[in-house]
Amino acid sequence: MKITTLDKAPDGIEGEGFFATSFDQVIGMARQNSLWPLPFATSCCGIEFMATMGSHYDLARFGSERPSFSPRQADLLMVMGTIAKKMAPILKQVYIQMAEPRWVLSVGACASSGGIFDTYSVLQGIDRVIPVDVYVPGCPPRPEQIIEGLMKIQELAGNESLRRRNTDDYKHLLESYHIHVQ
Amino acid sequence: MAFSNQQLLDDLQQQFANSILLVEEPFGLLTIETNRDVIINMLSYLKGHTTFQFIFLTYLTAVHYPDQKEKEFAIVYHLHSWVHNFQLRIKVFVPSPNPEMPTATVVFRSANWMERETYDNMGIHFVGHPDLRRILNVEEMDYFPLRKEYPLEDQLRQDKVDSMFGR
Repeated sequence: MKITTLDKAPDGIEGEGFFATSFDQVIGMARQNSLWPLPFATSCCGIEFMATMGSHYDLARFGSERPSFSPRQADLLMVMGTIAKKMAPILKQVYIQMAEPRWVLSVGACASSGGIFDTYSVLQGIDRVIPVDVYVPGCPPRPEQIIEGLMKIQELAGNESLRRRNTDDYKHLLESYHIHVQ
Repeated sequence: MAFSNQQLLDDLQQQFANSILLVEEPFGLLTIETNRDVIINMLSYLKGHTTFQFIFLTYLTAVHYPDQKEKEFAIVYHLHSWVHNFQLRIKVFVPSPNPEMPTATVVFRSANWMERETYDNMGIHFVGHPDLRRILNVEEMDYFPLRKEYPLEDQLRQDKVDSMFGR
């Protein structure tokens, strides 16, 4: 049996009975290991996600124990599958309902680019309506790839500034999608 | 089976003498062409007929034949008689542009969504339909996607990079 290990402590000053480090690192570490994903699964990539979530691949190992089926409590929006143009406003609404900090993982060719559905009724990539942090290629991607995508999100969550939402870049990004934050 | 294609055809020809334009039987499926002046009467007659009892509208759709002058759109009705397990196909051709058809919702309530779908994809205007709006596509769409009047692909499009899609 594999020996359970603790996550590596962030850099800091350690002494007898105390440990001093920066909020950035501690909160980043906490966020990265307790992402609550909201699965937005519409087709075959969703089936791969179910395998990813199941005991064999077990996304819970990464702290994503609780898929949040309400956007209000979710940190990570996982979009898996073809998004029809008619569904685009709903996806955008779900994204807007999520609280900061929030990340978006686009799983599979359809969510990332429309995939083989190069047609009048299909949205040619979710980045036309919401900003995306990580794209996972594949049609559909295997669970290993989805996990890789999640780990990339963890990297972002752990390393980026604590209040990304206050940066000008981020504000401009949201403005470019006509998402207005109070 | 209580009746044959021929018996049904004879009855219809007697009833709608000059309005049965073309008859064919591909794979044994009786297919007749008629015009839009009698189609509703014909549907109503077949539905109410005591022997035939075509009480079910299986499908209603349209086909675009852009090269057939004055007969650009075929509106197709599939009728089913549950009692006799018998099927009948009726076609009506209408000219483009602004193809118009009287609504079949006055005979079959189930025609409502099928006519909306046909309007949505083909732009057939069903006169008298209670609520003729798009049903499948986004409401902002300003064209009828299943018409055969669009180029297959714009070679200048920028949203798909060839190198990424192996083209």
